[in-house]
Amino acid sequence: MAVKESQVLDVRRLRADFAVFDELVNGLPVAYLDSASSTQKPRQVLDAMREFYEHSYANVHRGVYTLSERATSGFECAREKVRAYINAPSNREVIFTRSATEALNLIAYAWGLDNLGPGDVVVITELEHHANFVPWQFIAKRTGAEFAHIPIDDLGELQLDALDELASRGNVKVVANNLVSNTLGTINPVERLAEWAHQQGAIMVVDAAQAAPHRAIDVQALGCDFLAFSSHKLCGPSGVGALWGRRELLEAMPPFNLGGEMIRSVALDRTSWNELPYKFEAGTPAIAEAYGFGVAIDYVSAVGLEAIERHEHELVVRAMDRLAEIPGIRIFGPPADRRTGIVSFEVEGVHPHDVAQILNWENVAVRAGHHCTQPLMTRLGVAATTRASFYLYSLPEDVDRLADGLLKVKETFGV
Amino acid sequence: MSEFDQLYREVILDHYKNPRGHGLIEHADAHAEGQNPLCGDEVTISVRFGADGETIEEVGFEGRGCAISQAATSMLTELVKGRKASEVAELPKEELLDEIGIPLTPIRLKCAILGLGVLKVALNRSKGTPLPEEWRGLSEGLQFD
Repeated sequence: MAVKESQVLDVRRLRADFAVFDELVNGLPVAYLDSASSTQKPRQVLDAMREFYEHSYANVHRGVYTLSERATSGFECAREKVRAYINAPSNREVIFTRSATEALNLIAYAWGLDNLGPGDVVVITELEHHANFVPWQFIAKRTGAEFAHIPIDDLGELQLDALDELASRGNVKVVANNLVSNTLGTINPVERLAEWAHQQGAIMVVDAAQAAPHRAIDVQALGCDFLAFSSHKLCGPSGVGALWGRRELLEAMPPFNLGGEMIRSVALDRTSWNELPYKFEAGTPAIAEAYGFGVAIDYVSAVGLEAIERHEHELVVRAMDRLAEIPGIRIFGPPADRRTGIVSFEVEGVHPHDVAQILNWENVAVRAGHHCTQPLMTRLGVAATTRASFYLYSLPEDVDRLADGLLKVKETFGV
Repeated sequence: MSEFDQLYREVILDHYKNPRGHGLIEHADAHAEGQNPLCGDEVTISVRFGADGETIEEVGFEGRGCAISQAATSMLTELVKGRKASEVAELPKEELLDEIGIPLTPIRLKCAILGLGVLKVALNRSKGTPLPEEWRGLSEGLQFD
Protein backbone atom coordinates (compact mmCIF):
# COMPACT_ATOMS: atom_id res chain seq x y z
CA MET A 1 0.00 0.00 0.00
CA ALA A 2 1.23 3.46 -0.84
CA VAL A 3 1.37 5.50 2.32
CA LYS A 4 3.16 8.78 2.19
CA GLU A 5 3.83 11.51 4.67
CA SER A 6 3.10 14.10 2.00
CA GLN A 7 -0.38 12.65 1.53
CA VAL A 8 -0.11 12.47 -2.24
CA LEU A 9 -1.80 9.47 -3.77
CA ASP A 10 0.26 6.99 -5.72
CA VAL A 11 -2.73 5.73 -7.66
CA ARG A 12 -0.75 3.30 -9.84
CA ARG A 13 0.53 1.50 -6.77
CA LEU A 14 -2.85 1.53 -5.06
CA ARG A 15 -4.44 -0.02 -8.12
CA ALA A 16 -2.24 -3.06 -7.73
CA ASP A 17 -4.36 -3.82 -4.64
CA PHE A 18 -7.50 -4.16 -6.78
CA ALA A 19 -7.58 -7.33 -8.86
CA VAL A 20 -10.54 -6.07 -10.86
CA PHE A 21 -8.19 -3.79 -12.77
CA ASP A 22 -6.08 -6.76 -13.92
CA GLU A 23 -8.88 -7.82 -16.22
CA LEU A 24 -8.29 -6.18 -19.58
CA VAL A 25 -10.67 -5.74 -22.50
CA ASN A 26 -8.87 -4.68 -25.68
CA GLY A 27 -5.83 -3.99 -23.52
CA LEU A 28 -7.66 -1.68 -21.11
CA PRO A 29 -9.06 -2.21 -17.61
CA VAL A 30 -12.58 -1.12 -16.78
CA ALA A 31 -12.92 2.62 -16.28
CA TYR A 32 -14.96 2.10 -13.12
CA LEU A 33 -16.83 5.36 -12.56
CA ASP A 34 -19.55 4.09 -10.23
CA SER A 35 -17.87 4.23 -6.84
CA ALA A 36 -20.66 6.39 -5.40
CA SER A 37 -22.81 3.33 -5.89
CA SER A 38 -20.31 0.86 -4.49
CA THR A 39 -16.52 0.67 -4.41
CA GLN A 40 -14.17 -2.05 -5.57
CA LYS A 41 -12.39 -4.05 -2.84
CA PRO A 42 -8.64 -4.18 -2.21
CA ARG A 43 -7.06 -7.56 -1.59
CA GLN A 44 -6.04 -6.40 1.92
CA VAL A 45 -9.73 -6.47 2.88
CA LEU A 46 -10.47 -9.71 1.04
CA ASP A 47 -7.38 -11.48 2.44
CA ALA A 48 -8.17 -10.34 5.97
CA MET A 49 -11.73 -11.61 5.73
CA ARG A 50 -10.57 -14.96 4.41
CA GLU A 51 -8.00 -15.20 7.18
CA PHE A 52 -10.68 -14.30 9.72
CA TYR A 53 -13.03 -16.95 8.38
CA GLU A 54 -10.26 -19.56 8.38
CA HIS A 55 -8.76 -18.88 11.79
CA SER A 56 -11.00 -16.69 13.93
CA TYR A 57 -14.56 -17.48 13.02
CA ALA A 58 -17.38 -18.43 15.35
CA ASN A 59 -20.47 -16.64 16.56
CA VAL A 60 -19.80 -13.55 18.65
CA HIS A 61 -20.54 -12.70 22.30
CA ARG A 62 -21.64 -16.20 23.25
CA GLY A 63 -19.00 -18.88 23.23
CA VAL A 64 -16.47 -19.37 26.00
CA TYR A 65 -14.08 -21.12 23.68
CA THR A 66 -11.06 -19.60 21.97
CA LEU A 67 -12.49 -19.25 18.47
CA SER A 68 -15.50 -17.35 19.73
CA GLU A 69 -13.24 -15.10 21.78
CA ARG A 70 -11.19 -14.34 18.67
CA ALA A 71 -14.31 -13.65 16.62
CA THR A 72 -15.73 -11.38 19.32
CA SER A 73 -12.44 -9.57 19.64
CA GLY A 74 -12.25 -9.05 15.85
CA PHE A 75 -15.84 -7.82 15.76
CA GLU A 76 -15.40 -5.43 18.69
CA CYS A 77 -12.07 -4.12 17.36
CA ALA A 78 -13.94 -3.21 14.18
CA ARG A 79 -16.44 -1.27 16.29
CA GLU A 80 -13.57 0.66 17.86
CA LYS A 81 -12.20 1.44 14.38
CA VAL A 82 -15.57 2.81 13.31
CA ARG A 83 -15.70 4.92 16.48
CA ALA A 84 -12.25 6.36 15.91
CA TYR A 85 -12.95 6.96 12.22
CA ILE A 86 -15.82 9.35 13.01
CA ASN A 87 -14.40 10.57 16.34
CA ALA A 88 -17.39 9.34 18.34
CA PRO A 89 -17.06 9.75 22.11
CA SER A 90 -17.76 6.11 22.93
CA ASN A 91 -17.90 2.78 21.12
CA ARG A 92 -21.11 2.00 23.01
CA GLU A 93 -22.67 4.57 20.72
CA VAL A 94 -21.64 2.68 17.58
CA ILE A 95 -24.18 0.18 16.30
CA PHE A 96 -23.53 -2.24 13.47
CA THR A 97 -26.41 -2.38 11.03
CA ARG A 98 -27.00 -4.08 7.71
CA SER A 99 -26.46 -0.85 5.78
CA ALA A 100 -26.69 2.93 6.07
CA THR A 101 -30.31 2.50 4.96
CA GLU A 102 -31.06 0.22 7.88
CA ALA A 103 -29.34 2.66 10.24
CA LEU A 104 -31.61 5.48 9.03
CA ASN A 105 -34.68 3.25 9.31
CA LEU A 106 -33.64 2.40 12.85
CA ILE A 107 -33.73 6.08 13.81
CA ALA A 108 -36.97 6.80 11.96
CA TYR A 109 -38.75 3.88 13.60
CA ALA A 110 -37.20 3.66 17.05
CA TRP A 111 -36.93 7.41 17.66
CA GLY A 112 -39.62 8.67 15.32
CA LEU A 113 -42.58 6.53 16.37
CA ASP A 114 -42.18 7.55 20.01
CA ASN A 115 -41.31 11.20 19.53
CA LEU A 116 -43.39 12.47 16.63
CA GLY A 117 -47.02 13.48 16.45
CA PRO A 118 -49.45 16.07 15.09
CA GLY A 119 -48.02 19.59 15.21
CA ASP A 120 -44.47 18.30 14.76
CA VAL A 121 -42.43 18.86 11.62
CA VAL A 122 -39.90 16.53 10.04
CA VAL A 123 -37.52 18.46 7.79
CA ILE A 124 -35.60 16.72 5.02
CA THR A 125 -34.08 18.17 1.85
CA GLU A 126 -34.93 18.15 -1.83
CA LEU A 127 -31.65 16.38 -2.66
CA GLU A 128 -31.99 13.61 -0.11
CA HIS A 129 -31.37 9.98 -1.06
CA HIS A 130 -34.54 7.92 -0.68
CA ALA A 131 -32.91 6.16 2.29
CA ASN A 132 -33.10 9.35 4.35
CA PHE A 133 -36.34 10.50 2.74
CA VAL A 134 -38.83 7.65 2.50
CA PRO A 135 -38.48 6.39 6.11
CA TRP A 136 -39.18 9.91 7.40
CA GLN A 137 -42.05 10.46 4.99
CA PHE A 138 -43.54 7.15 6.12
CA ILE A 139 -43.08 7.71 9.86
CA ALA A 140 -44.33 11.30 9.59
CA LYS A 141 -47.51 10.03 7.94
CA ARG A 142 -47.95 7.31 10.57
CA THR A 143 -47.53 9.73 13.45
CA GLY A 144 -49.41 12.67 11.96
CA ALA A 145 -46.32 14.87 11.80
CA GLU A 146 -45.79 17.25 8.90
CA PHE A 147 -43.18 16.28 6.34
CA ALA A 148 -41.38 19.32 4.92
CA HIS A 149 -38.33 19.88 2.77
CA ILE A 150 -35.54 22.39 2.38
CA PRO A 151 -35.51 23.35 -1.31
CA ILE A 152 -32.38 23.62 -3.41
CA ASP A 153 -31.34 26.36 -5.80
CA ASP A 154 -30.46 25.81 -9.46
CA LEU A 155 -26.89 24.86 -8.56
CA GLY A 156 -28.02 22.15 -6.15
CA GLU A 157 -27.26 24.09 -2.96
CA LEU A 158 -29.67 24.00 -0.02
CA GLN A 159 -31.65 27.21 0.33
CA LEU A 160 -31.20 27.92 4.01
CA ASP A 161 -33.30 31.08 3.83
CA ALA A 162 -36.29 28.73 3.78
CA LEU A 163 -35.57 27.64 7.36
CA ASP A 164 -37.58 30.41 9.07
CA GLU A 165 -40.67 29.53 7.13
CA LEU A 166 -40.20 25.84 7.98
CA ALA A 167 -39.87 26.70 11.68
CA SER A 168 -43.16 28.60 11.53
CA ARG A 169 -45.05 25.46 10.52
CA GLY A 170 -44.86 23.78 13.92
CA ASN A 171 -42.43 22.08 16.25
CA VAL A 172 -39.46 21.02 14.17
CA LYS A 173 -38.43 17.69 15.70
CA VAL A 174 -36.15 16.15 13.08
CA VAL A 175 -33.75 17.59 10.53
CA ALA A 176 -32.33 14.93 8.22
CA ASN A 177 -29.74 15.63 5.55
CA ASN A 178 -26.96 13.92 3.67
CA LEU A 179 -23.52 15.38 4.26
CA VAL A 180 -22.80 14.83 0.56
CA SER A 181 -25.45 14.45 -2.13
CA ASN A 182 -25.12 11.10 -3.90
CA THR A 183 -26.41 12.57 -7.16
CA LEU A 184 -24.83 16.02 -7.32
CA GLY A 185 -21.89 15.62 -4.95
CA THR A 186 -22.93 18.82 -3.14
CA ILE A 187 -21.24 19.18 0.24
CA ASN A 188 -24.07 20.25 2.50
CA PRO A 189 -23.81 22.70 5.44
CA VAL A 190 -24.60 20.09 8.07
CA GLU A 191 -22.96 22.00 10.94
CA ARG A 192 -25.24 24.97 10.33
CA LEU A 193 -28.27 22.74 10.02
CA ALA A 194 -27.35 20.95 13.25
CA GLU A 195 -27.13 24.28 15.06
CA TRP A 196 -30.51 25.35 13.66
CA ALA A 197 -32.04 21.97 14.48
CA HIS A 198 -30.93 22.26 18.10
CA GLN A 199 -32.32 25.81 18.34
CA GLN A 200 -35.67 24.28 17.32
CA GLY A 201 -35.32 21.47 19.83
CA ALA A 202 -34.93 18.97 16.98
CA ILE A 203 -32.51 16.12 16.43
CA MET A 204 -30.03 16.26 13.54
CA VAL A 205 -29.74 13.09 11.49
CA VAL A 206 -26.84 12.86 9.05
CA ASP A 207 -26.58 10.40 6.17
CA ALA A 208 -22.83 10.21 5.67
CA ALA A 209 -22.86 7.34 3.16
CA GLN A 210 -21.32 9.53 0.43
CA ALA A 211 -19.11 11.53 2.77
CA ALA A 212 -17.43 9.04 5.08
CA PRO A 213 -15.39 7.26 2.36
CA HIS A 214 -14.07 10.55 0.97
CA ARG A 215 -13.61 13.11 3.75
CA ALA A 216 -12.64 13.10 7.40
CA ILE A 217 -15.71 12.97 9.64
CA ASP A 218 -15.94 14.19 13.20
CA VAL A 219 -19.40 13.70 14.68
CA GLN A 220 -18.55 15.99 17.58
CA ALA A 221 -17.48 18.82 15.27
CA LEU A 222 -20.55 18.32 13.06
CA GLY A 223 -22.73 18.64 16.14
CA CYS A 224 -25.21 16.07 14.89
CA ASP A 225 -27.17 13.53 16.94
CA PHE A 226 -27.12 10.55 14.59
CA LEU A 227 -24.86 9.65 11.70
CA ALA A 228 -25.07 6.68 9.34
CA PHE A 229 -22.65 5.26 6.80
CA SER A 230 -21.85 1.97 5.13
CA SER A 231 -18.87 -0.27 4.54
CA HIS A 232 -19.33 -1.10 0.87
CA LYS A 233 -18.81 2.47 -0.32
CA LEU A 234 -15.53 2.55 1.60
CA CYS A 235 -13.65 -0.41 0.11
CA GLY A 236 -15.30 -2.78 2.58
CA PRO A 237 -17.76 -5.64 2.11
CA SER A 238 -21.47 -5.09 1.55
CA GLY A 239 -23.99 -6.17 4.16
CA VAL A 240 -22.75 -4.01 7.01
CA GLY A 241 -23.16 -0.39 7.97
CA ALA A 242 -22.81 1.70 11.08
CA LEU A 243 -25.00 4.01 13.06
CA TRP A 244 -23.61 6.44 15.56
CA GLY A 245 -26.02 8.09 17.99
CA ARG A 246 -25.78 10.14 21.15
CA ARG A 247 -25.89 7.83 24.11
CA GLU A 248 -28.75 9.59 25.92
CA LEU A 249 -30.92 9.38 22.80
CA LEU A 250 -30.07 5.73 22.13
CA GLU A 251 -30.70 4.82 25.75
CA ALA A 252 -34.13 6.44 25.73
CA MET A 253 -35.12 4.70 22.49
CA PRO A 254 -36.93 1.37 22.32
CA PRO A 255 -35.25 -1.39 20.33
CA PHE A 256 -35.73 -1.66 16.57
CA ASN A 257 -35.24 -5.36 15.82
CA LEU A 258 -36.03 -7.84 18.54
CA GLY A 259 -34.69 -11.30 19.23
CA GLY A 260 -31.44 -12.80 20.40
CA GLU A 261 -28.45 -10.78 21.61
CA MET A 262 -30.46 -7.60 22.24
CA ILE A 263 -32.03 -8.84 25.50
CA ARG A 264 -30.91 -8.80 29.13
CA SER A 265 -33.46 -11.30 30.33
CA VAL A 266 -36.54 -12.92 28.89
CA ALA A 267 -39.42 -14.33 30.90
CA LEU A 268 -42.82 -15.54 29.81
CA ASP A 269 -44.40 -12.23 30.75
CA ARG A 270 -41.68 -9.66 29.99
CA THR A 271 -38.31 -8.95 28.46
CA SER A 272 -35.68 -6.40 29.36
CA TRP A 273 -33.17 -4.94 26.94
CA ASN A 274 -29.44 -5.38 26.77
CA GLU A 275 -27.12 -2.41 27.21
CA LEU A 276 -25.81 -0.30 24.34
CA PRO A 277 -24.92 -1.05 21.64
CA TYR A 278 -26.29 -4.60 21.81
CA LYS A 279 -29.84 -3.41 22.41
CA PHE A 280 -29.88 -2.51 18.72
CA GLU A 281 -28.06 -5.57 17.40
CA ALA A 282 -30.60 -8.38 17.41
CA GLY A 283 -29.58 -11.66 15.84
CA THR A 284 -26.22 -12.84 14.58
CA PRO A 285 -24.61 -9.83 12.92
CA ALA A 286 -22.56 -9.79 9.71
CA ILE A 287 -19.48 -10.82 11.68
CA ALA A 288 -16.78 -11.20 9.06
CA GLU A 289 -18.22 -8.25 7.15
CA ALA A 290 -17.97 -6.03 10.23
CA TYR A 291 -14.40 -7.25 10.64
CA GLY A 292 -13.74 -6.45 6.96
CA PHE A 293 -15.34 -3.02 7.47
CA GLY A 294 -12.68 -2.35 10.12
CA VAL A 295 -9.91 -3.48 7.77
CA ALA A 296 -11.31 -1.23 5.04
CA ILE A 297 -11.25 1.70 7.47
CA ASP A 298 -7.58 0.92 8.16
CA TYR A 299 -6.89 0.78 4.44
CA VAL A 300 -8.61 4.07 3.61
CA SER A 301 -7.09 5.77 6.66
CA ALA A 302 -3.60 4.62 5.68
CA VAL A 303 -4.08 5.99 2.17
CA GLY A 304 -5.19 9.20 3.85
CA LEU A 305 -8.51 11.00 3.58
CA GLU A 306 -6.89 14.33 2.75
CA ALA A 307 -5.02 12.74 -0.12
CA ILE A 308 -8.19 11.02 -1.32
CA GLU A 309 -10.12 14.28 -1.16
CA ARG A 310 -7.44 16.12 -3.14
CA HIS A 311 -7.17 13.34 -5.71
CA GLU A 312 -10.93 13.23 -6.27
CA HIS A 313 -11.04 16.99 -6.53
CA GLU A 314 -8.47 16.92 -9.33
CA LEU A 315 -10.50 14.27 -11.13
CA VAL A 316 -13.77 16.15 -10.75
CA VAL A 317 -12.17 19.35 -12.06
CA ARG A 318 -10.82 17.41 -15.03
CA ALA A 319 -14.19 15.78 -15.66
CA MET A 320 -16.13 19.04 -15.47
CA ASP A 321 -13.60 20.73 -17.78
CA ARG A 322 -13.66 17.92 -20.33
CA LEU A 323 -17.46 17.60 -20.28
CA ALA A 324 -17.92 21.37 -20.56
CA GLU A 325 -16.00 21.23 -23.85
CA ILE A 326 -18.59 18.89 -25.37
CA PRO A 327 -21.60 20.73 -26.81
CA GLY A 328 -24.97 19.43 -25.64
CA ILE A 329 -23.75 18.17 -22.28
CA ARG A 330 -25.34 19.74 -19.26
CA ILE A 331 -23.71 19.20 -15.88
CA PHE A 332 -25.96 19.33 -12.83
CA GLY A 333 -24.92 20.64 -9.43
CA PRO A 334 -22.45 23.08 -7.93
CA PRO A 335 -18.93 24.07 -9.04
CA ALA A 336 -16.08 21.64 -8.40
CA ASP A 337 -14.97 23.23 -5.13
CA ARG A 338 -18.43 22.71 -3.64
CA ARG A 339 -18.67 19.01 -4.46
CA THR A 340 -16.93 15.68 -3.98
CA GLY A 341 -15.93 13.35 -6.82
CA ILE A 342 -19.39 13.05 -8.34
CA VAL A 343 -20.59 14.44 -11.69
CA SER A 344 -24.17 14.02 -12.89
CA PHE A 345 -24.99 15.18 -16.37
CA GLU A 346 -27.27 14.79 -19.35
CA VAL A 347 -26.42 14.40 -23.00
CA GLU A 348 -29.01 16.40 -24.87
CA GLY A 349 -31.20 14.15 -27.00
CA VAL A 350 -29.91 10.85 -25.59
CA HIS A 351 -31.51 8.93 -22.74
CA PRO A 352 -29.10 8.18 -19.85
CA HIS A 353 -29.68 4.44 -20.31
CA ASP A 354 -28.43 4.71 -23.87
CA VAL A 355 -25.47 6.82 -22.75
CA ALA A 356 -24.50 4.18 -20.19
CA GLN A 357 -25.01 1.34 -22.66
CA ILE A 358 -22.72 2.87 -25.28
CA LEU A 359 -20.13 3.78 -22.63
CA ASN A 360 -20.27 0.15 -21.51
CA TRP A 361 -19.31 -0.91 -25.02
CA GLU A 362 -16.15 1.16 -24.39
CA ASN A 363 -15.70 -0.56 -21.01
CA VAL A 364 -16.58 2.64 -19.14
CA ALA A 365 -18.90 1.90 -16.20
CA VAL A 366 -21.23 4.73 -15.20
CA ARG A 367 -24.59 4.90 -13.47
CA ALA A 368 -27.75 5.90 -15.31
CA GLY A 369 -31.03 6.42 -13.54
CA HIS A 370 -32.61 8.50 -10.81
CA HIS A 371 -29.97 7.47 -8.25
CA CYS A 372 -32.67 6.98 -5.59
CA THR A 373 -33.33 10.73 -5.65
CA GLN A 374 -36.61 11.06 -7.52
CA PRO A 375 -37.65 14.34 -5.85
CA LEU A 376 -34.32 15.79 -6.98
CA MET A 377 -34.89 14.50 -10.53
CA THR A 378 -38.26 16.27 -10.50
CA ARG A 379 -36.56 19.46 -9.35
CA LEU A 380 -33.97 19.15 -12.14
CA GLY A 381 -36.74 18.45 -14.64
CA VAL A 382 -35.35 15.10 -15.83
CA ALA A 383 -36.39 11.48 -15.40
CA ALA A 384 -32.81 10.32 -14.98
CA THR A 385 -29.20 11.44 -15.28
CA THR A 386 -25.90 9.81 -16.10
CA ARG A 387 -23.47 9.89 -13.19
CA ALA A 388 -19.72 9.39 -13.01
CA SER A 389 -18.11 9.08 -9.57
CA PHE A 390 -14.52 8.64 -8.48
CA TYR A 391 -12.50 7.04 -5.73
CA LEU A 392 -8.92 6.56 -4.66
CA TYR A 393 -8.21 4.14 -7.54
CA SER A 394 -9.67 6.33 -10.29
CA LEU A 395 -7.31 7.58 -12.99
CA PRO A 396 -7.25 10.77 -15.05
CA GLU A 397 -7.39 8.41 -18.05
CA ASP A 398 -10.73 7.13 -16.78
CA VAL A 399 -12.05 10.68 -17.09
CA ASP A 400 -10.60 10.97 -20.59
CA ARG A 401 -12.18 7.67 -21.61
CA LEU A 402 -15.50 8.97 -20.28
CA ALA A 403 -15.19 12.15 -22.36
CA ASP A 404 -14.10 10.23 -25.47
CA GLY A 405 -16.95 7.78 -24.93
CA LEU A 406 -19.42 10.64 -24.74
CA LEU A 407 -18.20 11.90 -28.11
CA LYS A 408 -18.99 8.42 -29.45
CA VAL A 409 -22.44 8.58 -27.86
CA LYS A 410 -23.10 11.84 -29.65
CA GLU A 411 -21.76 10.50 -32.92
CA THR A 412 -23.86 7.32 -32.64
CA PHE A 413 -27.04 9.25 -31.99
CA GLY A 414 -26.20 12.03 -34.39
CA VAL A 415 -26.70 14.76 -31.80
CA MET B 1 -17.55 -4.66 -30.51
CA SER B 2 -18.30 -7.48 -32.94
CA GLU B 3 -19.74 -6.80 -36.39
CA PHE B 4 -22.83 -8.64 -35.26
CA ASP B 5 -23.37 -6.18 -32.41
CA GLN B 6 -22.59 -3.32 -34.75
CA LEU B 7 -25.25 -4.44 -37.20
CA TYR B 8 -27.92 -4.67 -34.54
CA ARG B 9 -26.86 -1.42 -33.01
CA GLU B 10 -27.45 0.19 -36.38
CA VAL B 11 -30.85 -1.47 -36.79
CA ILE B 12 -31.94 -0.25 -33.36
CA LEU B 13 -30.68 3.25 -34.00
CA ASP B 14 -32.42 3.31 -37.36
CA HIS B 15 -35.73 2.41 -35.74
CA TYR B 16 -35.11 4.96 -32.99
CA LYS B 17 -34.36 7.78 -35.41
CA ASN B 18 -36.92 6.76 -38.04
CA PRO B 19 -39.67 5.03 -36.11
CA ARG B 20 -42.13 2.95 -38.15
CA GLY B 21 -45.77 3.25 -37.32
CA HIS B 22 -45.17 6.59 -35.68
CA GLY B 23 -48.24 8.61 -34.83
CA LEU B 24 -51.52 7.67 -33.23
CA ILE B 25 -54.57 6.59 -35.22
CA GLU B 26 -57.81 8.52 -35.10
CA HIS B 27 -60.93 6.52 -34.23
CA ALA B 28 -58.82 3.62 -32.99
CA ASP B 29 -60.42 0.33 -31.95
CA ALA B 30 -57.85 -0.30 -29.24
CA HIS B 31 -55.70 2.13 -27.28
CA ALA B 32 -53.43 2.05 -24.21
CA GLU B 33 -50.60 3.95 -22.59
CA GLY B 34 -47.71 2.76 -20.47
CA GLN B 35 -44.77 4.14 -18.53
CA ASN B 36 -41.65 2.88 -16.90
CA PRO B 37 -41.46 5.32 -13.99
CA LEU B 38 -37.91 4.25 -13.16
CA CYS B 39 -36.46 5.74 -16.33
CA GLY B 40 -39.31 7.88 -17.61
CA ASP B 41 -39.99 5.86 -20.76
CA GLU B 42 -43.49 6.41 -22.14
CA VAL B 43 -45.37 4.65 -24.93
CA THR B 44 -48.91 5.13 -26.25
CA ILE B 45 -50.27 2.70 -28.87
CA SER B 46 -53.45 2.73 -30.91
CA VAL B 47 -54.76 0.00 -33.18
CA ARG B 48 -57.40 -0.20 -35.90
CA PHE B 49 -58.84 -3.57 -36.87
CA GLY B 50 -59.87 -4.65 -40.35
CA ALA B 51 -63.41 -5.43 -41.47
CA ASP B 52 -63.24 -8.80 -39.70
CA GLY B 53 -62.78 -6.92 -36.42
CA GLU B 54 -59.80 -9.13 -35.70
CA THR B 55 -56.93 -8.37 -38.08
CA ILE B 56 -54.59 -5.57 -37.04
CA GLU B 57 -54.87 -3.34 -40.05
CA GLU B 58 -53.15 -0.30 -38.68
CA VAL B 59 -51.04 0.27 -35.60
CA GLY B 60 -49.41 3.50 -34.50
CA PHE B 61 -47.48 4.71 -31.49
CA GLU B 62 -46.08 7.77 -29.82
CA GLY B 63 -43.59 7.83 -27.04
CA ARG B 64 -40.40 9.12 -25.56
CA GLY B 65 -37.56 7.52 -23.71
CA CYS B 66 -34.47 5.50 -24.38
CA ALA B 67 -33.54 4.10 -27.78
CA ILE B 68 -34.38 0.54 -26.77
CA SER B 69 -37.92 1.34 -25.63
CA GLN B 70 -38.72 3.42 -28.70
CA ALA B 71 -36.95 1.21 -31.27
CA ALA B 72 -38.54 -1.92 -29.81
CA THR B 73 -41.98 -0.35 -30.15
CA SER B 74 -41.21 0.65 -33.72
CA MET B 75 -40.13 -2.92 -34.51
CA LEU B 76 -43.24 -4.19 -32.80
CA THR B 77 -45.53 -2.25 -35.12
CA GLU B 78 -43.87 -3.96 -38.10
CA LEU B 79 -44.06 -7.31 -36.39
CA VAL B 80 -47.80 -7.26 -35.66
CA LYS B 81 -49.31 -5.49 -38.65
CA GLY B 82 -51.63 -7.81 -40.54
CA ARG B 83 -51.76 -10.39 -37.74
CA LYS B 84 -54.76 -11.46 -35.70
CA ALA B 85 -55.42 -9.53 -32.49
CA SER B 86 -55.93 -12.73 -30.52
CA GLU B 87 -52.58 -14.05 -31.70
CA VAL B 88 -50.74 -10.82 -30.87
CA ALA B 89 -52.41 -10.65 -27.46
CA GLU B 90 -50.61 -13.94 -26.75
CA LEU B 91 -47.39 -13.04 -28.59
CA PRO B 92 -44.38 -14.38 -26.67
CA LYS B 93 -41.92 -11.64 -25.79
CA GLU B 94 -39.13 -13.77 -27.28
CA GLU B 95 -40.41 -13.01 -30.74
CA LEU B 96 -39.80 -9.31 -30.19
CA LEU B 97 -36.51 -9.87 -28.35
CA ASP B 98 -35.23 -11.94 -31.30
CA GLU B 99 -36.07 -9.00 -33.50
CA ILE B 100 -34.11 -6.62 -31.23
CA GLY B 101 -31.24 -9.06 -31.35
CA ILE B 102 -28.81 -7.67 -28.75
CA PRO B 103 -28.46 -9.12 -25.27
CA LEU B 104 -30.32 -7.05 -22.67
CA THR B 105 -29.79 -6.77 -18.94
CA PRO B 106 -32.94 -7.12 -16.78
CA ILE B 107 -33.23 -3.34 -16.48
CA ARG B 108 -33.08 -2.86 -20.23
CA LEU B 109 -35.45 -5.78 -20.78
CA LYS B 110 -38.16 -3.68 -19.14
CA CYS B 111 -37.42 -0.92 -21.65
CA ALA B 112 -37.65 -3.40 -24.51
CA ILE B 113 -41.00 -4.90 -23.53
CA LEU B 114 -42.78 -1.69 -22.56
CA GLY B 115 -44.37 -1.27 -25.99
CA LEU B 116 -45.39 -4.92 -26.19
CA GLY B 117 -47.01 -4.66 -22.78
CA VAL B 118 -48.93 -1.56 -23.86
CA LEU B 119 -50.10 -3.30 -27.03
CA LYS B 120 -51.24 -6.36 -25.10
CA VAL B 121 -53.15 -4.18 -22.65
CA ALA B 122 -54.80 -2.35 -25.58
CA LEU B 123 -55.79 -5.55 -27.39
CA ASN B 124 -57.01 -7.43 -24.34
CA ARG B 125 -58.96 -4.43 -23.16
CA SER B 126 -60.70 -3.99 -26.49
CA LYS B 127 -61.61 -7.69 -26.51
CA GLY B 128 -62.60 -7.73 -22.85
CA THR B 129 -60.03 -10.41 -22.09
CA PRO B 130 -57.57 -10.34 -19.15
CA LEU B 131 -53.86 -9.63 -19.57
CA PRO B 132 -52.02 -12.99 -19.68
CA GLU B 133 -50.81 -14.17 -16.27
CA GLU B 134 -47.16 -14.16 -17.40
CA TRP B 135 -47.39 -10.45 -18.10
CA ARG B 136 -48.44 -9.41 -14.65
CA GLY B 137 -45.10 -10.60 -13.33
CA LEU B 138 -43.09 -9.51 -16.38
CA SER B 139 -44.42 -6.03 -16.39
CA GLU B 140 -43.81 -5.43 -12.70
CA GLY B 141 -42.70 -1.84 -12.32
CA LEU B 142 -44.33 -0.79 -15.56
CA GLN B 143 -47.58 1.16 -15.42
CA PHE B 144 -50.38 0.82 -17.92
CA ASP B 145 -53.37 3.13 -18.38
